[in-house]
Amino acid sequence: MEQSNDGNLSQVRHVVLVLSGKGGVGKSTITTELALALRHAGKKVGILDVDLCGPSIPHMLGVGRPDVHQCDSGWVPVYADAQKGLALMSIGFLLEDPDEAVVWRGPKKTAMIAQFVSDVAWGELDVLLVDTPPGTSDEHLAVLENLKKHRVDGAVLVTTPQAVSTGDVRREITFCKKTGVRILGIIENMSGFVCPHCSECSNIFSKGGGEELAKLTGSTFLGAVPLDPLLSGAMEEGADFIRSFPDSASFGAISTISRALLCDLEGA
Amino acid sequence: MNEYCPGTESEQAGKTSSCQGCPNQKICSSGATKAPDPAIAEIGAKMSTVKHKILVLSGKGGVGKSTFSAHLAHALASDGTKEVAVLDVDICGPSIPRIMGLEGEQVHQSGSGWSPVYVDDNLAVMSIGFLLSSPDDAVIWRGPKKNGMIKQFLRDVDWGDLDYLIVDTPPGTSDEHLSLIQYLSATHVDGAVIITTPQEVSLQDVRKEIRFCQKVKMPIIGVVENMSGFVCPSCKNTSQIFPPTSGGAERMCADLHLPLLGKVPLDPRIARSCDEGKSFLHEVPDSPAAEVYLSIVHSIQDYCSNRVTEEQSTT
Repeated sequence: MEQSNDGNLSQVRHVVLVLSGKGGVGKSTITTELALALRHAGKKVGILDVDLCGPSIPHMLGVGRPDVHQCDSGWVPVYADAQKGLALMSIGFLLEDPDEAVVWRGPKKTAMIAQFVSDVAWGELDVLLVDTPPGTSDEHLAVLENLKKHRVDGAVLVTTPQAVSTGDVRREITFCKKTGVRILGIIENMSGFVCPHCSECSNIFSKGGGEELAKLTGSTFLGAVPLDPLLSGAMEEGADFIRSFPDSASFGAISTISRALLCDLEGA
Repeated sequence: MNEYCPGTESEQAGKTSSCQGCPNQKICSSGATKAPDPAIAEIGAKMSTVKHKILVLSGKGGVGKSTFSAHLAHALASDGTKEVAVLDVDICGPSIPRIMGLEGEQVHQSGSGWSPVYVDDNLAVMSIGFLLSSPDDAVIWRGPKKNGMIKQFLRDVDWGDLDYLIVDTPPGTSDEHLSLIQYLSATHVDGAVIITTPQEVSLQDVRKEIRFCQKVKMPIIGVVENMSGFVCPSCKNTSQIFPPTSGGAERMCADLHLPLLGKVPLDPRIARSCDEGKSFLHEVPDSPAAEVYLSIVHSIQDYCSNRVTEEQSTT
């Protein structure tokens, strides 16, 4: 029984949750960017998108709405690249109509996530990133309960610089502490905007909150990613931002963060 | 709690294989749990002293629902003759206390129920944030417990007579939203204001929310597009930080025949005001964002008054 529960995750070397507490801070964007950065570093990566109400990852990776197939071990993930180095499973793939809302209460969401976690035939992966919806509720508890038999390396928390955001992320940190999830670090997203016309930096969503939060809670500050219309644009088009804009400020930040993360995961 | 519980109000309550062995199986299969919740009628009675109820929804997180709810409330309450309240049903991420400068406040209970916290004489607020003793406290609740809290908020808060009740919601289309609709079913809700940002990544979630509203027959007052362009304070050029690659809210509203109430530009002073718990309408009234906000508020007021006029003309 234990074997089959862990079966589909048995060749997944590291599992990292991407959490926030606050909505709209860029969890899915950061998950996608980290996955691409790790892929470019030669790693085999998977993304599990458990945001049942608002699954954003399929759009960001430009995979459209493919059919999902089953094999003996379960669902075959969708590959975002020809080399099958970036695998993805999202509820988005199971919806017939992309505009149809998933209006489910907690128990049904819990049951779906249990299936997602156990029944996707990931095969061999270096890192499985789990993108989550905002909050500290059914989805988050379901993910942890179903990953219990497999090791969860830890969680990366995403915030924007504002107090309104870090206020929610503090609660997410408590969630991690209560559920025994190691906090790998905090990423501050939307950290300043450099005007492309005059290079003036505007702190549209305030400044410094991520670093302060890391200090306050004794967590590692992984880095700050600036607001970048090139990045937003790439996400919209489903383009590989890393390949298209290697000179952008966000690329630098994301590469540093993914290297630090990999170091932590492989060193532990 | 039974992990695979179909829900006590489901058609399958007490009848599925996962119900076997559950201590409540007999109750559920007898149909007792599907009887209408008496709280619905109680809430209907409570809400009879509230003239207008407006839900603020999105589907997408972080688009500015709470910011909008708070400032809609401030704008409506600037007319001292109006009584306004904000109910924050975001159980996991309650932002309203901070945005309205009420962090650290606590609620009190009296014989007539819970007293909301007052920003001004005519502006009251209720949020789970007021029930938490520390800013680090996490509310790690599953659906049923969140639903219970929402029921209590609607039934037990002593609002008094209100002209406007604004309900701020979390992102998504789940327990909180279903419960809100269910518990408000014995009262009339004027409608929902839907908040989005220009990108497709937001719109794809917002379309689902609109579909949800249509399914539960919730009228939509209109759509607000937030974070709609940024004017650099230094060189005055506009940048589309969140590009409307699929036509933004304008195109979506045209496609779905919904009113676009306004497009609010990004302004760093909005984030700062929210963090400081101040109304940016008051702090920077000449900001282009403030002007758009006020025009949106007028549209909402007109919508609400027209509904009253329609009702009066049909009775």
